[in-house]
Amino acid sequence: MSDKNIKKTISTLISGVVPVNIDNIDTDQIIPARFLKATTREGFGENLFCDWKKNADGSLKADFPLNEPKYKGHRILVAGNNFGCGSSREHAAWSIVDYGFDVVVSSFFADIFKNNALNNGLLPVQVSPAFLKKIFDLVQTDANATLTVDLEAQSIKITATGETENFEINPYKKMCLLKGFDDIDYLLSLKPQIETYEKQREFNF
Amino acid sequence: MGKTLFDKIYDAHVVHTQEGFPEVIYINTHYIHEVTSPQAFDGLRKRNLPVFRTNKTRATADHNVPTKDQHLPIKEALSRLQVEMLTKNTSEFGVELYGLGHQYQGIVHVIGPELGITLPGMTIVCGDSHTSTHGAFGCIAFGIGTSEVEMVMATQCILQYRPKKMKIEINGKLGKGVTSKDIILYIITQISAAGANGYAVEFAGDTIRGLSMEARMTICNMSIEMGGRCGMIAPDQITFDYIQGREFAPKGADWDKALAYWKTLYSDADASFDKVYSFKAEDIEPWITYGTNPGMGIGITGSMPSLASIIDADKTSFKKSLDYMDLHPGDQLLGKKIDYVFIGSCTNSRIEDLRLVADFVKDKRKADDVEVWIIPGSKQVEKQAIAEGLDVIFKNAGFDLREPGCSACLGMNEDKVPAGKYCVSTSNRNFEGRQGPGARTFLASPLTAAAAAVTGKIADVRILL
Repeated sequence: MSDKNIKKTISTLISGVVPVNIDNIDTDQIIPARFLKATTREGFGENLFCDWKKNADGSLKADFPLNEPKYKGHRILVAGNNFGCGSSREHAAWSIVDYGFDVVVSSFFADIFKNNALNNGLLPVQVSPAFLKKIFDLVQTDANATLTVDLEAQSIKITATGETENFEINPYKKMCLLKGFDDIDYLLSLKPQIETYEKQREFNF
Repeated sequence: MGKTLFDKIYDAHVVHTQEGFPEVIYINTHYIHEVTSPQAFDGLRKRNLPVFRTNKTRATADHNVPTKDQHLPIKEALSRLQVEMLTKNTSEFGVELYGLGHQYQGIVHVIGPELGITLPGMTIVCGDSHTSTHGAFGCIAFGIGTSEVEMVMATQCILQYRPKKMKIEINGKLGKGVTSKDIILYIITQISAAGANGYAVEFAGDTIRGLSMEARMTICNMSIEMGGRCGMIAPDQITFDYIQGREFAPKGADWDKALAYWKTLYSDADASFDKVYSFKAEDIEPWITYGTNPGMGIGITGSMPSLASIIDADKTSFKKSLDYMDLHPGDQLLGKKIDYVFIGSCTNSRIEDLRLVADFVKDKRKADDVEVWIIPGSKQVEKQAIAEGLDVIFKNAGFDLREPGCSACLGMNEDKVPAGKYCVSTSNRNFEGRQGPGARTFLASPLTAAAAAVTGKIADVRILL
């Protein structure tokens, strides 16, 4: 694999969290459509959750978690159920990565968002609703509480108490994240099979 | 054990399987637009790769385009740049573009079917979640991210895991004034905005069989609003009649061969689904959403849930949603004053939608304090509407008939609903800020939207028919 295709790799992360305890956060909230006009992948972090973190006059809403100093620098975003539903915009994953998150935790991720996250070195960790609640409750009492996410072991731990849950990730995507492996390189290596398929398929539109 | 429609098509597209790896699936048609493609073209350049099969990718400009004066340069600089970038990229990589000014330009999910590019048995992807629309023809069609757009351009393939299968049956006779939009809004309310997460959904039953292709597209379009990987309907004579003779549809011997294949595309009687829902058409009234996800809907004569009826875990989200909408739990929506009506989007901007609205508003006028935008889905729809004199009916009604594009569905172009204003919209998403920052959206059918336009309020169209 050439250097230019190598993506960020993740193995273990210990970090504080930013809790956004809202269900069904759709990609229009993560990054509103009016910010989708860029033609590169960079710079979207500034507008992450723009309409929730800013007032109409552009000033910051003090009580939105992303703006609260106590969560500053934390690299794990924790959100309510069914995170990332709606539009397929990969800009949603780009904005979360660009803002500085490595991991998103929820009790469910929408299909397309999950793929987009994995394709950009952002690890979506699906936990049980009970574990999610535990994290939200914990952060409310201790804003600096940390989680330990271990991709190799597929585990997420509340660092202080040791309470741990395992999470699912398909083995291929796990390998991609651990090694910076790239889907397109894999598919290009299958070019002969693709061309054979094209020839053999009787009804190829 | 028989096979589902989904599995028949999926199996026919598996190029390669390998233990521990996702399956490699061949893609027959790839649609692209200006918003989710620039970074993918950039990726190809960085890797020094061409578009592998240029004749299987088609492009149009829809999300960013203005719906007024399309012959003039786009005023907004960033939108103009993105549209120009599409022109540059498609020309450099040899991809066919139906850009602004082209006779085939329009919303990507409207033009694919109307040009006969979308066909039964295909696998179709596009960097747009409403790609599920094309499933109405009995194909596997779903939205992808930009990394995957690059992947498909580079290899004509995508990596997939087989989803679970869901069947949703609707049987019975639809009541007066009830359309396919009401069916899908009703279903999403019943199973929730996350109810089909992880499933490929097949819509079946005699009510679905009785629908036109355009009505079926409306249903499959919103499969993604309940989280479905894709939505699909087995092709039948209505499908074949719709396709035959269209610009890029197979002709002559190719047609006969295609037709013979298409007739094998249905779920076998003994095929097994992971989940099955069954609904009665008679239970569906004109449907409308009140909240900020498409699963928050009620019958037009119904009331919003009371706070007490919402389970504790959902109370915060429910309250946040109704606060945003400035509505009170337990109230009715009937009679609620509205400010805007938007008839358009990949859900409801086809010629049948425009005919339905025109038929209703003929000799009527919009309420004085309501602004009404009606946006044809494509240049071809626009041309047909004018040929049928619908433009005159809309003009007399005070409706603003504009040029094709995604328009006020997503607040990305010039058409936005102002903050705090209420809009009855035939589009697919009522998310916070979707139609513009602070905009408040009620999703409904074109008929319910037209009824709101003439009364200035949320109204039961059945009384006005």
